Amino acid sequence: MLAFVVTTALCFITYLLLTTGSGTLGLWSLEEILFGAILSLIVGFLARTILVKDNFRMANPVRWVIFMAYVIGPFFISMAKANIDVAYRVITGRINPGIVKISPDLKTDLGITMLANSITLTPGTLSVDIDEDKNDLYIHWINVKKEALEKKPVDCKYICGKFPNWIRRIAE
Amino acid sequence: MIFDLIIYILLAIGVFFNLLAGIGLLRFPDVYTRLHAGTKCTTFGSIFLVGAVILIGLKMWYTGATDGSVLAIHSIFVLIAILLTNPTGAHAIARAAHRSGVAPVRAIVDDLQNKTVKKTVKKKEAEK
Repeated sequence: MLAFVVTTALCFITYLLLTTGSGTLGLWSLEEILFGAILSLIVGFLARTILVKDNFRMANPVRWVIFMAYVIGPFFISMAKANIDVAYRVITGRINPGIVKISPDLKTDLGITMLANSITLTPGTLSVDIDEDKNDLYIHWINVKKEALEKKPVDCKYICGKFPNWIRRIAE
Repeated sequence: MIFDLIIYILLAIGVFFNLLAGIGLLRFPDVYTRLHAGTKCTTFGSIFLVGAVILIGLKMWYTGATDGSVLAIHSIFVLIAILLTNPTGAHAIARAAHRSGVAPVRAIVDDLQNKTVKKTVKKKEAEK
């Protein structure tokens, strides 16, 4: 029941955001609000088991605040660094690539997805494959450091810095 | 006036990084390094391009046209979609490439090689 309410509310908010400027009732017209409510009820009924899998961990607003801080702060900075890095490699053509394995020790699907996407968008790394039993990631690294290869699996700090700690706070 | 200047600067940064992605696609040797250029630079460039569109929308909204709100909010949704789908797509392409046997060019280490071999062994055992 709670899952149905959450899904419906999210759908309705999204619908309202997408139809601003349609009328005089605030920013919306009456038809849009009614139609949006009906559609959200239908979608909320159909998708209630898909959006909410097992628990309501992500409904905690503190997690969303940390998530926004993460996206604006460390994530955006390393993304800017990544682009300057790629610019350097595009212009000079100096590459030293390899595929390495890291074990970030995250448990949830959402956490590992966020980490894989963050790794892809940050300096010199691209996630290629995942070991689904242990949640280990295989990373294509454009400039492999010699000292990182001494230990296997490679230490997370060379690949993604403090990202696993942030994501553990957000998604676990 | 200063607002327009900010918009032009954002557009210039966005176009520069997208251009860089194009050059990277031509210069790098194999599919993985090309994906590096193709995901990071296009995502970062698109953030600035979409940011410029959002600013134009906010300006229109401020000057009285409610259409501006549609432009700004829809652009924010576009930005979220790009940030989610671009790395996911790159991940899918890289994984498919490695599964179909494309080895990274000039690689000094390839941990994934062993894993793929193990998987095929398991598959053969299962067939027996």
